[in-house]
Amino acid sequence: MWAYVLRRLLVTIPTVLAVVTICYLMLHATPGGPFDAELKVSDAVLANLQAKYHLDMPLWKQYLYYLNDLIHGDLGASFRYADWSVNDLVKRALPVSLAIGGTAMVIAIVLGVGIGIVAALRQNSAIDYIVMLFGNIGSVLPSFVLGPLLVLVFAITLPWLPSGGWDDFAPRYMILPIALLTLINVSTIGRIMRGSLIEVLSSNFIRTARAKGLPTRVVVMRHALRPALLPVVSVIGPLAISSITSAIVTESWFSIPGLGRLIVNGASDRDYTLVLGLVILVTVLAVFLNLIVDLAYAWLDPKIRY
Amino acid sequence: MNESGIPTVSAPVDFAPKGRSPWRDARLRFQRNRAAVASVVVLMIIALACVFGPMLLPNAYDSVDWDLMSHPPTRANWHLFGTDELGRDLLVRTLIGGRVSLMVGALATLVSVSIGVVWGAVAGFAGGRVDSLMMRIVDMAYAVPYLLIAILVVTIFGRDILLVVAAIAAFSWLDMARVVRGQTLSIKSREYVEAARAIGVPTWRIIFQHVVPNLMGVVVIYTSILVPGVILTESVLSFLGLGVQEPMTSWGVLIHDGAAVMGASPWMILFPAGALSITLYCANFIGDGLRDALDPKER
Repeated sequence: MWAYVLRRLLVTIPTVLAVVTICYLMLHATPGGPFDAELKVSDAVLANLQAKYHLDMPLWKQYLYYLNDLIHGDLGASFRYADWSVNDLVKRALPVSLAIGGTAMVIAIVLGVGIGIVAALRQNSAIDYIVMLFGNIGSVLPSFVLGPLLVLVFAITLPWLPSGGWDDFAPRYMILPIALLTLINVSTIGRIMRGSLIEVLSSNFIRTARAKGLPTRVVVMRHALRPALLPVVSVIGPLAISSITSAIVTESWFSIPGLGRLIVNGASDRDYTLVLGLVILVTVLAVFLNLIVDLAYAWLDPKIRY
Repeated sequence: MNESGIPTVSAPVDFAPKGRSPWRDARLRFQRNRAAVASVVVLMIIALACVFGPMLLPNAYDSVDWDLMSHPPTRANWHLFGTDELGRDLLVRTLIGGRVSLMVGALATLVSVSIGVVWGAVAGFAGGRVDSLMMRIVDMAYAVPYLLIAILVVTIFGRDILLVVAAIAAFSWLDMARVVRGQTLSIKSREYVEAARAIGVPTWRIIFQHVVPNLMGVVVIYTSILVPGVILTESVLSFLGLGVQEPMTSWGVLIHDGAAVMGASPWMILFPAGALSITLYCANFIGDGLRDALDPKER
């Protein structure tokens, strides 16, 4: 097991390093420097500033300094927000994003698995058709159409909830964003769960369990569920990564001060260091999430041995 | 018709064997899929309307109708989809936006299909260390949240439609590369490849003349899956205000602008969102139809 973890980590580190390097070089290709602003400083001061931020050094040395800062968890200073380091900004935004995204993911998994089970057990029933009908809602009604739709129904037509904004984790402001992110994923999970459970239910060991006279509930819960969950687990990693897209859309649509809005604002302000820092941060998070999901998969699947 | 749904030739007059290419078989199967054929027709209508509509309609996408601002759909002055809050005709803007969305979709798809096919075919054909290195790169790129990279590119180099295409294409070829590699591995061991190698055909010619043409089935299927995703990515970037710039527009921009005023003027989001959703739905149906028609396992 530990050898496997180690091997996966060895793949993960080059991935992160490659992303950091490519992003850094891209950033470096931009014309102009950080001190070319309106406020002209004297050449001596400029030289001092450049020395302080290592800008007078060759590229590879600057890169190593940046890497060193990264390893120590320092993402640098923001270009646009005076007095804010990227770390400060992230520290405020990350809990918001995690609260919204994490809650939505948990609800989507629980709900999706539940719906999938019901649909698989009642094949070709009404609920089965509803699940299949909404199966590709995410690909046809993307988050940026579904979001306005939710606001139109639950904030404008029926004035139940605020159409956006944020008030220090007040649940009122969290319901619609979480609902949107859940809706995007729940049908995918439900469809996968349905398919895999149907397949598992037709296998030999289930027939044996039934032949022993076990009630359906026990057959499903004790025998069928675990193998049927494997494809769901394997899809959580990619799903989480694709949810980053919908999370960015959700946060900017509902004006939620999370990482997604930070990165979009950073992009329209052309705040280089902020966007670079956020890209690196989210990539690292995504890569490690994938790693954890893979390990969980290996742990769940008795067929995988290291 | 026999059981598998393939029409059988009933008593030909001369008994000379008449070859039927697998492509003809596939076309027949595709034509029998009503939803897919209807989707092709609808998609073609949308594409033709986007290309020729703006030329035929009297309004320009950036001209202002001072008398009819934020006006619901009306026959006056051909504002069939209404106008936006600046008095610009929404029908023409939707069509122009469709041009951008479809063009970006087509261009990015073309680029990423080319990269994916070459990458996968080379990796699968080379095998060994080259293969595992190339596939490791694909694995690595998979873990990267590609939208963020696209946002970073836009941040650094400014908003440029070609850059958007490049950023989308840079991360859309991964699935294609994987599938093509798998298929190449199985083609590689066929007799005709062995024969080609025996008579001394150079490797690159074997790849492009013998392997790639036989990959076309899976390539077509995966291309049809790719297209909606690529269009969607462009729309997301535009929705976030990181795509095309005013007064140019795309479906993502129109949906974003319409969403801001949907309480007062719902038509402003309804038409572009409808156009996008119908396009995506058709693309999905066509993809399903192609998969059923081309996948040998489905027969």
